[in-house]
Amino acid sequence: MNGGDEVVTAPAGPPQPLDWKFSQVFGERTAGEEVQEVDIISAIEFDKTGDHLATGDRGGRVVLFERTDTKDHDALRRDLERTDHPINRHPEFRYKTEFQSHEPEFDYLKSLEIEEKINKIRWCQTANRALFLLSTNDKTIKFWKVQEKKVKKISEMNLDPPKAVGNGCVASSSNSNSPTLCLANGGSSGNDFSFPPGGLPSLRLPVVTSQETNLVARCRRVYAHAHDYHINSISNNSDGETFISADDLRINLWNLEISNQSFNIVDVKPANMEDLTEVITSAEFHPTHCNMLVYSSSKGSIRLIDLRQSALCDSHAKLFEEPEAPGSRSFFTEIIASISDIKFAKDGRYMLSRDYMTLKLWDINMDSGPVSTFQVHEYLRPKLCDLYENDSIFDKFECCLSGDGLRVATGSYSNLFRIFGCAPGSTEATTLEASKNPMRRQVQTPSRPSRSLSSITRVVRRGAETSGVDANGNSFDFTTKLLHLAWHPTENSIACAAANSLYMYYA
Amino acid sequence: MAMIDEPLYPIAVLIDELKNEDIQLRLNSIRKLSTIARALGEERTRKELIPFLSENNDDDDEVLLAMAEELGVFIPYVGGVEHANVLLPPLETLCIVEETCVRDKAVESLCRIGAQMREQDLVEFFIPLLKRLAAGEWFTARVSSCGLFHIAYPSAPEALKTELRTLYGQLCQDDMPMVRRSAATNLGKFAATVEAPHLKVDIMSMFDDLTQDDQDSVRLLAVEGCAALGKLLEPQDCVAHILPVIVNFSQDKSWRVRYMVANQLYELCEAVGPEPTRSDLVPAYVRLLRDNEAEVRIAAAGKVTKFCRILNSELAIQNILPCVKELSTDSSQHVRSALASVIMGMAPILGKDATIEQLLPIFLSLLKDEFPDVRLNIISKLDQVNQVIGIDLLSQSLLPAIVELAEDRHWRVRLAIIEYIPLLASQLGVGFFDDKLGALCMQWLKDKVYSIRDAAANNVKRLTEEFGPDWAMQHIVPQVLDMINNPHYLYRMTILHAVSLLAPVMGKDITCSKLLPVVINASKDSVPNIKFNVAKVLQSLIPIVDQSVVEKTIRPCLVELSEDPDVDVRYFATQALQSSDQQMMMSS
Repeated sequence: MNGGDEVVTAPAGPPQPLDWKFSQVFGERTAGEEVQEVDIISAIEFDKTGDHLATGDRGGRVVLFERTDTKDHDALRRDLERTDHPINRHPEFRYKTEFQSHEPEFDYLKSLEIEEKINKIRWCQTANRALFLLSTNDKTIKFWKVQEKKVKKISEMNLDPPKAVGNGCVASSSNSNSPTLCLANGGSSGNDFSFPPGGLPSLRLPVVTSQETNLVARCRRVYAHAHDYHINSISNNSDGETFISADDLRINLWNLEISNQSFNIVDVKPANMEDLTEVITSAEFHPTHCNMLVYSSSKGSIRLIDLRQSALCDSHAKLFEEPEAPGSRSFFTEIIASISDIKFAKDGRYMLSRDYMTLKLWDINMDSGPVSTFQVHEYLRPKLCDLYENDSIFDKFECCLSGDGLRVATGSYSNLFRIFGCAPGSTEATTLEASKNPMRRQVQTPSRPSRSLSSITRVVRRGAETSGVDANGNSFDFTTKLLHLAWHPTENSIACAAANSLYMYYA
Repeated sequence: MAMIDEPLYPIAVLIDELKNEDIQLRLNSIRKLSTIARALGEERTRKELIPFLSENNDDDDEVLLAMAEELGVFIPYVGGVEHANVLLPPLETLCIVEETCVRDKAVESLCRIGAQMREQDLVEFFIPLLKRLAAGEWFTARVSSCGLFHIAYPSAPEALKTELRTLYGQLCQDDMPMVRRSAATNLGKFAATVEAPHLKVDIMSMFDDLTQDDQDSVRLLAVEGCAALGKLLEPQDCVAHILPVIVNFSQDKSWRVRYMVANQLYELCEAVGPEPTRSDLVPAYVRLLRDNEAEVRIAAAGKVTKFCRILNSELAIQNILPCVKELSTDSSQHVRSALASVIMGMAPILGKDATIEQLLPIFLSLLKDEFPDVRLNIISKLDQVNQVIGIDLLSQSLLPAIVELAEDRHWRVRLAIIEYIPLLASQLGVGFFDDKLGALCMQWLKDKVYSIRDAAANNVKRLTEEFGPDWAMQHIVPQVLDMINNPHYLYRMTILHAVSLLAPVMGKDITCSKLLPVVINASKDSVPNIKFNVAKVLQSLIPIVDQSVVEKTIRPCLVELSEDPDVDVRYFATQALQSSDQQMMMSS
């Protein structure tokens, strides 16, 4: 279907490691500048074409960026460049617009504050040049339309503008109080107001002069009051008309057009809350099969459910779990096994999960264990106790796959993020820092781990720095964590969030 | 700025407000578009107003929706049918907007206009528009185009017809599921205009594509098309083409598709005729009644009566009844509830003997169901069985069921059964009612929940209507009036309410002799709430009783109340006095 799958099965060697370069930064922090809590980015999402990028922040705002290097107006220049030399263009974005998606609220029934923080953003199908997206905080999902509107400058009114406004108020507010108006509005009731057959020449239509446009975001629908717990994911169905929202214990199915009802499709809430051992941490629809979705759990398992089987999908169609290595169990085993994010590859065959220490690539046809496992920050393993003490161990890192399915990426601490090649035979493991000089902290790719290429399952453990950067004297900063990042759907370009700054890299 | 004559002022305001900042004003103007058009005259409407509307199409969805609707009836204002084509461009842009309800309305309006347009205009203007939409860049245009084919096709010349069919075929295979859904939805309408030979070839192949779609949502809509297509085809073609599809659908992997089949199946029986119904559809339906998914069984159970009505009673008893028996003990309460809501309708179909022998045990077991909705559903349809076998066979089981519901701890259940009491009374007859149910009706007047007391008061009135004032005087009125001495004022208030409801039904004599004294007595109550309710009730009694009674009894009482220390009592008493003054003025 796309390159990813073919290359994975192709006998030709793994693709060359990519050389990552800094592209852009939005909202860069100047030295010494305090980061405002509300400005911290909490969600990043490219749209399907990759022409738009959206970020959400803790202040409930959504910021949109649009790609500038593919616009038609510079097509000419592009052609010129192309004939000159094979250009190495990379996606460039510019600020498009922003809007306040969520406001802080208070649930009076439960005496709970509801934060405005945007937990997730998902793009919907673009229609008629209008952009659509879903954004959610802990409780409420909103459907936004962003559209260019003409700035109206009206001239040639029938009446003097101030007068017209004055009368306008009368005209709209009451039809019964003003007798003349009853007559004129008699379209409903009467023919008593007769016009000459040729019409009245003195009347004219308003003329709109200005053709300037500006972007307007309108909230089209609010999907509220369906979640008792905090929403962790939303995901669109390939049918273009439904989406799911998942909280800790339930997954609901919505129709985009209907905001006053949803269907509960998964409910893991035990009859007695004391029996609760596992919560839902993330959920996503399959990219092409409308009936399939996966959700991950705090115990590290992934469940695939088939919406065709039954209306309430409490029993899964498939369970993906890695068998626990004997003797490895410790106090932290269960905590670090919790999956913080799950993503499907574009082809829908592979999926990627992130737990605290690793990225795991799964084949949906193989439920016995992951195809590959990538160590993200193995040097932290001895420090789990500290990480537990300062709650960092509960940080929820996101993960992403490249459009071609050849690479995966995820974030770590000290504003670092890691990119791994997941094609067979690839040893690519890059560490980048979210800064203008991403290779500053680059560590050497460790030597290839010994493994048999003939093994049926390509389980690899690599990228495990022995003692890590720590040995270089860099102390790791647990407060600068890179939780959110997204891979451009068609090109090798990554957007990632370091606190309030959005960094973009390309290769 | 132009000066506008005084009489034109309102219309000038209306026109200016087409572009007002306030959306309510714009909406108001758009809703009066026909008035504006009449003021401008036909020619300027064509040359100025319609182009103006076409240009200003980036308005809010509410305004666009109103515009799409208004344009659908605009032919008279542009100069009649020969100018209808000027209305197409603004509607074409509305067919592309992102909001579904606007597009739907624009398509509806286009269909309305297209249906009136002259044939040559359709070919010259409407069909090119349709082709532009069908090849539109945005899926919204293509979605809209699907709903226009049935208007364009009949007028198209032969070559164009072929092209339109090809175009529709492409829409059925569009990349976007939204477009395929629209194609599936509109296939039946389009098929109805297509000539028989093409129907069997082109349309059926499109239908086949849609029935094999990967997206469940498309297949769902294809199921709906089955019945529509089935009615267009000759029975033998229907058996050859539609029947296998529906049988397949009834075993689809997706429960939602099977759910749709369960809902639609009975409609297809007529299209295929009795023999294929017996051989294929009955087994398919039986499978659905025994489906693994409760939702599917709910849908199937809800159609059991409709389905049996099409079959002969022998077939129904042989094949369907065993399933019905299973469903009556289904593990899902919703399935039992769906069954209970329709099963009584099977009695007339099966006839007296089969009903007594087969259905009655099912009724009785459902009447004892642990889930109140199931029992209520049975009770609500009692009249259907009553006509076939009479109530006696049921009444033994009925009474405990009613009593249990009447005392259910959920007030909504109690409310539901009260609503059915008048129906039950009429079915069971006075005798049965007096013995068993009368006490219940009195008990509800003393319920803890206001809604129940309110419904109980209303119930008393409806029973009186059913059995007449004489019966009420014997069995209801004394007991009701007794309760006016209840120590709790809320119950006394319920009685006052009941009295105000009973009075019009009982007539003036009984009202004067029995009801009025009770009300007058209550005016001496210690609770102000009772007193002002007395005032309200007295006001409602004024039109019922004779003028002399008003003068002698009601007004003195009201006058006394109007001097009450409590402000609310004075207020309602004064109101009642005023209304009685008006009454007198009108009668004199």
